[in-house]
Amino acid sequence: MSWHAKVYVVLKPSVMDPQGSTVQRALHQMGYSAIENLRIGKFIEVNFDQALQEQEVHKQLNEICDKLLANPNIETYQFQIERV
Amino acid sequence: MRFSIIVFPGSNCDHDCEYAIRQVLKNPVEMIWHKNTDLKNPDCVVIPGGFSYGDYLRTGAIARFSPIMESIFNFANKGGLVIGICNGFQILCEAQFLPGVLLKNKNLRFVCRNTYVRVDEVDTPFTNQCKNSSVLSMPIAHGEGNFFIDEEGLKKLEDQHQIIMRYCNSKGQITDESNPNGSLKNIAGICNQARNIFGLMPHPERVCEKELGGIDGQLIWQSISNS
Amino acid sequence: MKITPQLIQDHGLKPDEYERIVQILGREPNLTELGVYSVMWSEHCGYKHSRALLKKLPTQGKKVLQGPGENAGILDVGNGWAVVFKIESHNHPSAVEPYQGAATGVGGILRDIFTMGARPIAILNALRFGPLSNLKSRQLLTGVIRGIADYGNCMGIPTVAGEVSFDDSYLDNCLVNAMCVGVIRHDKIIKGVASGVENSVIYIGATTGRDGIHGATFASTEISEKSQEKRSAVQVADPFMEKLLMEATLELIEKNLLIGIQDMGAAGLTCSTCEMASRGNMGIEIDVSKVPLRELKMNPYEILLSESQERMLLVAKPGCEAEIHSILKKWDLNAATIGKVTETGLMVVKHEGEKVVEVPAQSLTDPPMYHPQKLEPAFLAEYRSFRESSIPVPTNFNQILLRLLADPTIASKQFIYQQYDHMVQTNTIVLPGSDAAVLRIKETNQGLAMSVDGNGIYCLLNPYEGGKIAVAEAARNVACSGAVPIGLTNCLNFGNPEKPEVFYMFEKVVEGMSDASVALEIPITGGNVSFYNESQLGPIDPTPIIGVIGVLDDVSKHVTQWFKKSGDLIYLIGEVNDLIGGSRYLQVVHGKKTGICPTIDLKNAKLLYQCLNELANKRLIQSAHDCSEGGLAVAISECCFTGIACGKPLIGAKINMAWHGRMDGILFGESQSRVLISFSPQEKKLVDQILSTYGMTFQQIGVVGGSQLLIEQAVQIDVEYIAEQFFSSLEHQVNSGGKA
Repeated sequence: MSWHAKVYVVLKPSVMDPQGSTVQRALHQMGYSAIENLRIGKFIEVNFDQALQEQEVHKQLNEICDKLLANPNIETYQFQIERV
Repeated sequence: MRFSIIVFPGSNCDHDCEYAIRQVLKNPVEMIWHKNTDLKNPDCVVIPGGFSYGDYLRTGAIARFSPIMESIFNFANKGGLVIGICNGFQILCEAQFLPGVLLKNKNLRFVCRNTYVRVDEVDTPFTNQCKNSSVLSMPIAHGEGNFFIDEEGLKKLEDQHQIIMRYCNSKGQITDESNPNGSLKNIAGICNQARNIFGLMPHPERVCEKELGGIDGQLIWQSISNS
Repeated sequence: MKITPQLIQDHGLKPDEYERIVQILGREPNLTELGVYSVMWSEHCGYKHSRALLKKLPTQGKKVLQGPGENAGILDVGNGWAVVFKIESHNHPSAVEPYQGAATGVGGILRDIFTMGARPIAILNALRFGPLSNLKSRQLLTGVIRGIADYGNCMGIPTVAGEVSFDDSYLDNCLVNAMCVGVIRHDKIIKGVASGVENSVIYIGATTGRDGIHGATFASTEISEKSQEKRSAVQVADPFMEKLLMEATLELIEKNLLIGIQDMGAAGLTCSTCEMASRGNMGIEIDVSKVPLRELKMNPYEILLSESQERMLLVAKPGCEAEIHSILKKWDLNAATIGKVTETGLMVVKHEGEKVVEVPAQSLTDPPMYHPQKLEPAFLAEYRSFRESSIPVPTNFNQILLRLLADPTIASKQFIYQQYDHMVQTNTIVLPGSDAAVLRIKETNQGLAMSVDGNGIYCLLNPYEGGKIAVAEAARNVACSGAVPIGLTNCLNFGNPEKPEVFYMFEKVVEGMSDASVALEIPITGGNVSFYNESQLGPIDPTPIIGVIGVLDDVSKHVTQWFKKSGDLIYLIGEVNDLIGGSRYLQVVHGKKTGICPTIDLKNAKLLYQCLNELANKRLIQSAHDCSEGGLAVAISECCFTGIACGKPLIGAKINMAWHGRMDGILFGESQSRVLISFSPQEKKLVDQILSTYGMTFQQIGVVGGSQLLIEQAVQIDVEYIAEQFFSSLEHQVNSGGKA
């Protein structure tokens, strides 16, 4: 058993996403004209030692997101934790 | 020998290829915008390096859907020669004209420097002017040139002599130290089974004049002209 | 909304500045107008504290086609060709978000160049970070390098030269200065000017979002009440968009469809609109409801002040509008006709039928000018009183040499420049790693040499001499490659100018640069000032960065810095003295950042450059290398092994020279205007003759050959070993946290 976390890091809505808009334009040109607001983020999976309390896992996830996984100036993040 | 160079939005070695082919090697060249479908009747199509569509999503992923790609597919099916350099190689793999993929460099960094490659196959339209096992000096400049293919695919490449060049040291030895990006088996360039489509990461167009530090790249263009 | 004193202060405007606005308008401005004045009269756009001084810089010269005041400077290089170049800082954005900050810095300077019709052929950069032992410094370094690399690489413009150094003074405040060089035919030069009443004003490029609405962040949130989210001032780079914008712009200019064009950089649409109107003595009227937007419900204040990247404003020639739009369509770019040129001299902005701004365009480009107080900092006297005799002369010179070669400021920057595509466009004749990069101009036989340089320590110890040296050294790098330096651009990085000590240093540095520029006959065609660079330790060291352009009439006559052939003679041009003040040696080995800064004789420097040019023109010398940080011993070492970066073999040298004084000063002191040359013994007579003609002090100090570096009575070491240290040190320290 261990903790399994899924972390999603995305650009803040007000921050431009050149990659997302380029991919969206390409899809439009391929005929998928109903597509809107395509934005690209990062998905990170990570396991934690089962000995940790859920609260502690939560705390450490917040820390690693703030310090490294996301840049708070342009990105936001969310995560899900489950026991596996 | 008539060359057509495909220009995608974000291609940036298109003019370098044009200069080498036209000014240095004196062959006629057409520049073809990717939204067109007419290749202008070439003998060889060049897909140049660069960052087509900014390399966004995956290198080459968006370019393969350009209108010109279908014309290239038909041209190649009739036996026409196609050479893809750097981003061109990436596009050819994405479009499945060539097997395998180009992953991020092993050290995760873009790398621009000179490399040596050993020509292991001279029986192709792209290397017929090279001596067998000769060592060419050609620069690379890419972030995603780490060639990968599954075991079965690799065996096929080897059995059918499709691995045209591999990174080596100045003496022609294939070593880990001479592998600049982590490519499987030091692979730097491969061709398709029919041997008319060639993809490579090094830039032959950058070494066609002495002033630029070497002329080994001329051998590739001369081979194409002679085939 | 009522304009309150608080609102004025929040916009960074002083009460008397506000009074001036009221006087100009004859009424109170509305909030949008206040925003427009606040950005145009900011230090960044308006140069309020520096303009009076900068006006004294020498900007004239026979080859100057365009001096300061446009997007970039232009110099004639002959044969109908011109070079367009400029340097700019992006320090603060890079400190907040190193990757995006550095990338958008490169994007901005590129736009300045291709806006004038020139195709960019090279990018250079000058970077400053805190020591690598600091985690934040390492993160800044790697982020900045990736940002520069990704932008330039994607654009297909080679990053060919630069300099990077490390010092505590830049700990929280890294410096990112980017320079771009382009070439153009004289007849294609276009400027940021509006003319011709009723001509269309067209917006092209990326859509406008709320990014980078700085200084007045609060205002934007208050105005759009519903937006809860705190606005991000970070601008995101889109090099792919810029590549399309560049190709489209160059196509529009090539086809002669434009009257004027200007990029939207700082202060975005506001700045481009009023500057184009002001330069042409015209007015411009725009309707911001026609601007392509990325975000919903943006108000005119936000649209005008947005600093979204990769956008341009242009004035079309009459009847050319349809063709312009079809070219932009080909490149999949947004384009919108948003207004027209008027004869009123007013910048008028409408939004959904309502007039939201009406101000004289010229009043925006003519901000207040200040003459700040100045005061000589006390530390200068302290530095001057430093006694070199207090430093014992060491004996282990092998070890000291190794330590200096591994010092990240001196060590090879190969780890960095290999991440930059420095060969694309196939013009790079001398790759990174020599004193200056040399590029060919394909259409001619000519070459351009270019270098950026700056030394914060010298300027800290003696701002006037430091300013002189900054110019002289950048020019010397170019001269060592065989080129004639013809012009320079500068980026002045300083602390808060409202501190009298900072302004004192600023003024002295500018005086020094100015005197050097006059004496060396290298005009200053433009530049950029970055103030308020402060860390916890106080202001950064005064750091002028100088970018110099030189011309080689025959590019095949270029000279590189490394020794070529066993048996060649090695000469040192310049004085030998034993002073260690301000040297990297004193700092790295003895931990002292002090002493008397080296001085420079500008008359002699000018003759040195002419002399080097003649030696190169007559193809008499095999190598020429400037002695800079680390002094003579480091310079000789570099001559032995820097060729291997270009696939050339390394080679030893045997040095035996006349000297007196302290040995550490002889080996590692940094006295100026010194150049090492090597040449075949059979050219000795001619070389001696030319050196004497120019009145150079010189001596033969050794011979090229062997596999060791031997300096009599001091150094004996395998070249292969020191080369290994020199080339691997930086990467090693970035990975290991600054441990050597």
